[in-house]
Amino acid sequence: MEVKIKSMKHEDFKDNEYIDNLVEQLRAGGTNIIVGKLDQLMNWGVSNSLWPLCFGTSCCAIEFMCLGAARYDMARFGFEVARNSPRQADYIMCQGTINYRMAPALKRLYEQMAEPKYVIACGSCTVSGGPFKNSYCVVKGVDEIIPVDVYLPGCPPRPEAFFYALMQLQRKIKVQKYFGGVNRKEKLEGIKYAPEEAK
Amino acid sequence: MAEIDNKITQLCPQAQVDTTGEFPLVTVPDAQWHDLARALKTQLHYDVLSAVVGMDWTDAYGCVYYLTNTSTHELLHVKVTCADRENPRLHSVVDLWPVANFQEREVYDFYGIVFVGHPDMRRMFLRNDWVGYPLRKDYDPASNPLRLEDETGEDYTCRWVEDENGKVTKVDGKVFEDDEYVINVGPQHPSTHGVMRYRASLDGEIIKKVDVVSGYIHRGIEKMCESLTYPQMLLYTERMDYMAAHINRHCMCMCVEKALGLEVPRRAELIRLMMDELMRLSSHLLSYGCLTMDQGATTAFFYGFRERELIYDIFDRTCGARMSMSYSTIGGVVADVHEDFIKDVRHACDVIEKNLKEYHKLFTGNVIAVNRMTGVGILTKEDAIAYDITGPSGRARMDRYMVRMKEMEQCIKILRQACDKLEAEGIQGEYCAPKVPKVMKLPAGHWYQQVEASRGAFGVYIESDGNTKPVRVHFQSPCFNLIGVVDLTCKDNMIADLITITASLDFVIPDIDR
Repeated sequence: MEVKIKSMKHEDFKDNEYIDNLVEQLRAGGTNIIVGKLDQLMNWGVSNSLWPLCFGTSCCAIEFMCLGAARYDMARFGFEVARNSPRQADYIMCQGTINYRMAPALKRLYEQMAEPKYVIACGSCTVSGGPFKNSYCVVKGVDEIIPVDVYLPGCPPRPEAFFYALMQLQRKIKVQKYFGGVNRKEKLEGIKYAPEEAK
Repeated sequence: MAEIDNKITQLCPQAQVDTTGEFPLVTVPDAQWHDLARALKTQLHYDVLSAVVGMDWTDAYGCVYYLTNTSTHELLHVKVTCADRENPRLHSVVDLWPVANFQEREVYDFYGIVFVGHPDMRRMFLRNDWVGYPLRKDYDPASNPLRLEDETGEDYTCRWVEDENGKVTKVDGKVFEDDEYVINVGPQHPSTHGVMRYRASLDGEIIKKVDVVSGYIHRGIEKMCESLTYPQMLLYTERMDYMAAHINRHCMCMCVEKALGLEVPRRAELIRLMMDELMRLSSHLLSYGCLTMDQGATTAFFYGFRERELIYDIFDRTCGARMSMSYSTIGGVVADVHEDFIKDVRHACDVIEKNLKEYHKLFTGNVIAVNRMTGVGILTKEDAIAYDITGPSGRARMDRYMVRMKEMEQCIKILRQACDKLEAEGIQGEYCAPKVPKVMKLPAGHWYQQVEASRGAFGVYIESDGNTKPVRVHFQSPCFNLIGVVDLTCKDNMIADLITITASLDFVIPDIDR
């Protein structure tokens, strides 16, 4: 089965294996036709109206603003309504370095978001610490504190790269199961600083 | 030079003046420092304190103060050391130069030097529960793992007071009174232009006091620079004030070139100048967009960004990146400009010049804009000097906006002139000095370079001991001084104006926190 999204062809994506694996896992479980259709409807809705949380700490945020402005216009894909409250947002796009003072605030923001919620680590700093890896107070990748769905490298990434990452997120949502057994759980195993009771 | 030498020894016989370096260097013991500082300010008219740079010379801690005389534009630096490594203490100069308030808090945060007489001796950038002082040479990074619990004790402050006998005692205090109504803005807030946090104490809707909490994007750039070579360091200059990336990098290059005695080809200077002005245009367009958006005019934001894309295209073609261009290098620029560069710049100038008129038509005369911006958040000339506010921000709010618009017009004029000159030079030419040393060793000493970035004076301070890596690098950022006046300008205004006043000050948070 192909995971179809409107804006880009399946074969144009560079890493289709992982999404095929996800589809296979879904198939192996077997799905009731009604529940399956409901899931499809739900995923269609969620993936085409992804609302970001306004969360920019440094340079990447400026490129994100360009994404919202006229030339790149992310409204075409349904990503546009940047929310100021985490309670109204679907995904959090971490733009810019997260340091030790900001880390508790980021974690709280993530916890305040309503399910289903997604995280895109945007820019080298949030992927791995980037150029600031050797600093005494920079978190070496946000995946140490919150689970990440899509990694987007670049310093800062180009707007086209932003779109690629957002489409990858859309594809991931398309193979999600809400009814009859949820396949997306809080993946806390890999998180270095996850709270003890949640593990 | 010799004149200053005599004047200072007259004022303070204990001071030693060294005039061999780039600027006169005065070394003075801490006991005489405050008296000398007062005399320098009142008698020799050194009225601007540009930077307070904390230092760890391994045998002693201390500070280097950079003073500027606004009438003669002479620079002077004063070195004050404290040999006591257990309890390092210096006398505060907040009472003379109010800008020292945050500067000294930064030094305390990084080096643990306590300033006697400072009214609010708290940490500036790091968590309240931080162990040790990170810029000390013997700091152990393992002492501070990532902590995910919230900070505590942010309501408490302290100060050190000296009595007549010279005995210093610590006095605890509180940031706000117990019965004050304090609201919190940030760190994640759409109108703080990044991760800034204010705690505002209110009386009804009127602001009584704003406590600025900074450090949510502090990345320790100055410490990291100490373990890098000079060409490697250039990378960080672009990531501080990313809206003045070319300008900051230019400044760092100039500082190293000056120390090495390198001469930059004329063509490279022209290209750098044009890139700087394009960056300034881009920065002011963003500032226009954000200021208008914060007052509810979302459409204006789109106009600003439409023009910025033109500038991004020019960067993209010549430097290969839209942001963080890494274009200037020590000795010149990394590559010659794109063949269509001059054509593109001329086109961008024409478009922006035409559209600036449209901006004025859309927003400048708007009755809401005028009412919200006129006479609010005023900064007098005296305050601007005392707080070392440079660039377009040292004015009332409407003026800050207008100055940026006028600066854009000037940028366009400069760009056009530079286009003519570059055209006369031909399509290709020498863009980098031919003999740039592969291994760069700066001569031992202090090096300081200042440029006018898009938000004010940006300075780079390097102390070298003659090796490939510096002993200390300090970036004097214009935005850091801007947060010093948030309390001053917002006081007695409405809480709704907090957002627009800070938007008109137009600071870039990573530039503050470094």
